[in-house]
Amino acid sequence: MFKEFAKGLSITLKHLLPGHSTTVDYPKQKLTMSPRFRGLHRLVPTQTREKCVACYLCPTVCPAKCITVESAENEKGEKYPKVYKIDLLRCIFCGYCVEACPVEAIEMSDKYELANYKREDFIFDKERLLK
Amino acid sequence: MTPVVLSLSNAPALWAAAMLVKIIVAFSVLMGIVAYATWVERKVIGRMQTRLGPTMTGYKGLLQPIADGIKLFFKEDIIPNEASKFAFMLAPMMILAPALISMAVIPFGSDYHLTFGGVTYLIPLQITDLNIGILFILAMAGLGVYGIVLAGLASNSKYSLIGGIRASAQMISYELAAGLSIVAIFMLSETLSLSGIVTAQQGVLWGIKALPSWMHNWYIFSQPLAFGLFVVGSMAEINRTPFDLPEAETELVSGFCTEYSSMKYALFFMAEYANMVTIGAIATTLFLGGWDGPFLGWINFLIKVFGFMFFFIWVRATFPRLRYDQLMQMGWKVMIPLALGNIVVTAVAILLWQ
Ligand code: SF4
Ligand code: SF4
Repeated sequence: MFKEFAKGLSITLKHLLPGHSTTVDYPKQKLTMSPRFRGLHRLVPTQTREKCVACYLCPTVCPAKCITVESAENEKGEKYPKVYKIDLLRCIFCGYCVEACPVEAIEMSDKYELANYKREDFIFDKERLLK
Repeated sequence: MTPVVLSLSNAPALWAAAMLVKIIVAFSVLMGIVAYATWVERKVIGRMQTRLGPTMTGYKGLLQPIADGIKLFFKEDIIPNEASKFAFMLAPMMILAPALISMAVIPFGSDYHLTFGGVTYLIPLQITDLNIGILFILAMAGLGVYGIVLAGLASNSKYSLIGGIRASAQMISYELAAGLSIVAIFMLSETLSLSGIVTAQQGVLWGIKALPSWMHNWYIFSQPLAFGLFVVGSMAEINRTPFDLPEAETELVSGFCTEYSSMKYALFFMAEYANMVTIGAIATTLFLGGWDGPFLGWINFLIKVFGFMFFFIWVRATFPRLRYDQLMQMGWKVMIPLALGNIVVTAVAILLWQ
């Protein structure tokens, strides 16, 4: 029994030595996320407009039902999303919207600092998603 | 000129002044240790769990205890409607007070020489040297239980009441083991006064000159079992993790202190840390030769007490909490028989030695 006690104590003592903390001192020091990290969404822009063709595939596939798309036609007769909103309070960051998109108009970025003070600030509209 | 021991009869004014200074210093040092023990605990446990612990407030989070204190003072203080108000307020103080009072009989260092009006006085670095010091400490340790039961009872909540009673069952059973383990100490030293026990531990072990000089006559060497029992028993008695079942009554609703909030809740935790210091100080005095050691008296004393504090924190970071039946089994079936056996063996050994 005493051997086990000593063993347990020695394990924790070893961690006390410097260089064992794996935690980052967060606000002062930030990690770069891996390329596969699923953070905030981003609408991919082309030269003149967003790539999205308002096909409604992403709101259909979204399990949390948090994407709102309203399509419209521009003067060239192309379809574009007049309204594109994601309610991040409901989003589960599953990435299905990215997979579903036929034109790769939506992707997930490495932004993870998503805290806000007001509920409204979690609704990301087209302007914020294009940034 | 031979120094005289300062007492109420030979210089009342000086005695009173010295007393006041001793009390103020002891109290503020104790409170300082209590505040910064929370910081050390969070840092050390953080490191042991590969985290950083507090880093934000002040350099390396050093202002954290002050920030916590301010926060706790300004939190809403809730007293349940049906609670018995007076008893509800009294309970946290009843838990904290015994922990502080025990410090009064602990010797912190060797006598301090003060020449005043042509007379050299010896001022003992101990608030008061009771000749029944150990019994006083045991009595004070027992008083903490009343606070716990009172907290449960006064809250007028069934969970708190059951929590309080369970907590008291735990504390009383471990108090027995811790108390019994001390018996061997005063059998060896033939005194109940704590300063007497410290004096009895000076010099080489058992007066044998051939032993290496670092082997002092500290009772940890002659009574290792009693030392272990005392440390474990008192840790369980003061609800220190891994014996913190009173706080984690089925599970993590805080048991006897469920209904407490704000500063009153903080008092329970101040009591826990004050108790840690007290237990460390008592164990130092009884088993590690008190202030005896290579440095100036009170420095040795502080080093040893800090050693105990570190040990308590270390144990907390290492072991999981016991289940209630395991706790009770260990107390009654293992520790009390061992403590009793230790007394018998010590008695026989003393008889044979003489
Ligand atoms: S990540 Fe998932 S939940 Fe979030 S918007 Fe896309 S499909 Fe919906
Ligand atoms: S799936 Fe792609 S193209 Fe279709 S609406 Fe969503 S973002 Fe636009």
